[in-house]
Amino acid sequence: MRPSRHTTAILAAILVVCLAAAVFSITLADRARPSSTLEEMLYIPSPSVLRRMSLGYTGLLADIYWTRAVQYFGGKHVLASHEYKLLAPLLDITTQLDPHLTVAYQFGAIFLTQPPPNGAGDPDAAIKLVKFGIRENPDNWHLYYNLGFIYYLEKKDYVAAAQAFEQGSKVPHAHPFLKLLAARMAERGGDLETARMLWTMTYDDSRDKDIKANAISHLRALQVDEAVPRLEQLIRQYFERTGHYPGNWAELVRAGYVPGIPLDPAGHPYKLAPEGKVWVAVPDALPFITQGLPPGVKASEMPRL
Amino acid sequence: MPAIETFGLEKTYTVGFWRKRPRCALLPLNLAVEEGEVFGYLGPNGAGKTTTLKLLMGLMFPTAGCAKILGREVNDPQVKAQIGFLPEQPYFYDYLTARELLEYYAQLSGVGARARSRRVAAVLERVGLRDVAGVQLRKFSKGMLQRVGIAQAILHDPKVVFLDEPMSGLDPIGRREVRDLMESLKQEGKTVFFSTHILSDAEALCDRVAVLHKGELRGIGVIADLTSSVRGKVEVIWQGGVIPPAIHALSPECHLIGAMARAVVDENQLDAAIDALRRANLKLVSVTPVRATLEDYFVEKLSPAEVAAR
Amino acid sequence: MSRVASIASNTFREAVRDRVLYNLIGFALLMVAASLLVGQISMNIERNVVINLGLTAVSLFGLVIAIFIGIGLVSKEIEKKTLYTILSRPVRRWEFILGKFGGLVATLVVNTFFMAIGIFAAVFYLAHHFQRADSYLLVALYFIILQFVMITALALLFSSFSSPLLSAVFAFALFIIGTFAQDLRGFASLTHGVIGWIAIAAAYVVPNFAALNVISSVAHDQPVAASLVLYNTLYALLYSAAAVAGAMLIFERRNLK
Repeated sequence: MRPSRHTTAILAAILVVCLAAAVFSITLADRARPSSTLEEMLYIPSPSVLRRMSLGYTGLLADIYWTRAVQYFGGKHVLASHEYKLLAPLLDITTQLDPHLTVAYQFGAIFLTQPPPNGAGDPDAAIKLVKFGIRENPDNWHLYYNLGFIYYLEKKDYVAAAQAFEQGSKVPHAHPFLKLLAARMAERGGDLETARMLWTMTYDDSRDKDIKANAISHLRALQVDEAVPRLEQLIRQYFERTGHYPGNWAELVRAGYVPGIPLDPAGHPYKLAPEGKVWVAVPDALPFITQGLPPGVKASEMPRL
Repeated sequence: MPAIETFGLEKTYTVGFWRKRPRCALLPLNLAVEEGEVFGYLGPNGAGKTTTLKLLMGLMFPTAGCAKILGREVNDPQVKAQIGFLPEQPYFYDYLTARELLEYYAQLSGVGARARSRRVAAVLERVGLRDVAGVQLRKFSKGMLQRVGIAQAILHDPKVVFLDEPMSGLDPIGRREVRDLMESLKQEGKTVFFSTHILSDAEALCDRVAVLHKGELRGIGVIADLTSSVRGKVEVIWQGGVIPPAIHALSPECHLIGAMARAVVDENQLDAAIDALRRANLKLVSVTPVRATLEDYFVEKLSPAEVAAR
Repeated sequence: MSRVASIASNTFREAVRDRVLYNLIGFALLMVAASLLVGQISMNIERNVVINLGLTAVSLFGLVIAIFIGIGLVSKEIEKKTLYTILSRPVRRWEFILGKFGGLVATLVVNTFFMAIGIFAAVFYLAHHFQRADSYLLVALYFIILQFVMITALALLFSSFSSPLLSAVFAFALFIIGTFAQDLRGFASLTHGVIGWIAIAAAYVVPNFAALNVISSVAHDQPVAASLVLYNTLYALLYSAAAVAGAMLIFERRNLK
């Protein structure tokens, strides 16, 4: 008189099999969907319309769009894409929905500015974004820092950068570093040391793991950019003294020019190249470097986030 | 083969949210109803009658034991085609008309398309609803709904009919009609199992009854046998408007009715009573055995003394 | 099987007599108003607006119907005790569930059919002729029907064990979550460890309504790939089958007090 065990077993089996097959089908459907339609899904033309449609739950919707922005960028970055058309609109929507979501401005400051494949290569969009952030959050010194950063990084407008840092330093409880940066920027904007200060500050200031990883890549690049000319200078000194270029690092070590075989930040030994040049062993492991590149090889295209 | 048989049929609920306590709705029930019988299932409210019916219909599952109808498992679809059920205070789809409802039910019971409208018309006639066949059920009175209920229970010509409180909420005319209907079902050779707490109905209709109280079967048997076990009395009526003291002594129950008087005495004291009346020169009008009613049996079976005796 | 059909047609009859189809009047008014108003804007996006509005309305109207009727499919019958006289007949419990499901889906299909006529009428009124892109509307409508099938299955599942109020809450909640299913997977992929696995599992078990929503691309006159139609069909049908099987499983074991 109990419910038939037979029926129960069949129904349970149907349930499990159908559910598993359903999940499988949806993964197939995901692949079949052209990526443009996927992007269509993410995008609504007008942030103000979206804001009205969200019925007041703007915070949650902002979080959703923020996640989408990160995923969008991350997904394309992994594929070394050269196009990040939707990044600026997504960040726009995010910040319009929640103007106090500071991490969005930071993210935009870096990843909208940097050239592809490490960013959207649109510093003007980044500037617009961060200026909006400053308007909405005038007491947030971090944003002035972000603004100065943009001017410094791609636009190389050291004057504007200095101004931004200066304004930021006036905000109560601002990091004392800002005043220092303002001064440095005005005098020695193009310096490696300045760059190192900025990227270190970015690393310290952010909690977002993508931003931190990017900062580390830049710091390592700076190490290379500093080390390579220094090593090349030592080699020139050796050449002037001995009349020939060293065949290997052991010679230089014996001659007392270097304490040991020099390693690049990726852990590979530097290579001795013809004509006293120094090259990095694996250029792909060190994005953003401007020194130590073998001829014909451009700065690394491979993202290393 | 018995039409209905239960073997230790039992239902226990656990009640309570934090500390689950078992509540027994039906103690192990062993019952057998023969084909062609009209069987009354008696008990006060909350005795477990409806629980038993639901278990038999497969609407609930027993915690122990099992039941068979016409020799097969209760959930067997072939059995279900042979039984009809009228639940207590039934409610039907009120957006359907009586005819639509019965045709729908006939479809579900497997009545062939050609026979369907004929059967539905016949059963509507039989329960006296022919004139309102096209009226939506939401407009029906309680009595009319009860009749629809009976109609749907018998329309597929089942062998066994289960009725839960079929007379509830009916006026005396309605009840008479239902009683007549049940009589006619019996004459068709159907087995009728019905629950009720109205004993007069049971007395009039049933071959056998069972008495249920607090989930436990207290008694079962043929009515005549059950009532005869209660000590018989005799009612004596005489003319004269006077009660001799001797009669008073024999019977606690005696009173005057206009010019006549009445007393109830035990069977074995009948001779003494008649003697007393003759000595007083009172004219005897009638001597009638008073059988114990089913009610007496019922009340007795429900009493705590009975429980203690078990 | 004919018992299932009987139950299905009775369920359909119940919905009709419950005046569900009157919602079509509201929809018709909406489409007429939209078509007339949109003519005033004339920024070359009338077609886009009418299609977006029309399809979204079909989707939402149908969603409300699916949920409000769906949650009562079983619980109402138990509460009103109409089920007792049904189950005492040779109707298996799973047949009952299947019949109820079929009846509600049929109601929604019929409803959507009439709404489709309304949308095509509006589109025709704007352009004064039919274009090839109008056939994409059929795909969008088909996907919307698939969504209805899924929601009905879920509402039925909840109805088999839960009260109408709770069922409605669950069903609406699942619809909203399902609309953001893609983002849920995004969130899930950002988490790690055991929580990550659980989150990803949940993100896939949740009904993915976003995948079945091609309204905006159809509004931009973009066709939908045939393979996508196939996979989405499979997904919706398999998912619904699982939910209905779940409902049957629960109902099979339920004591009707």
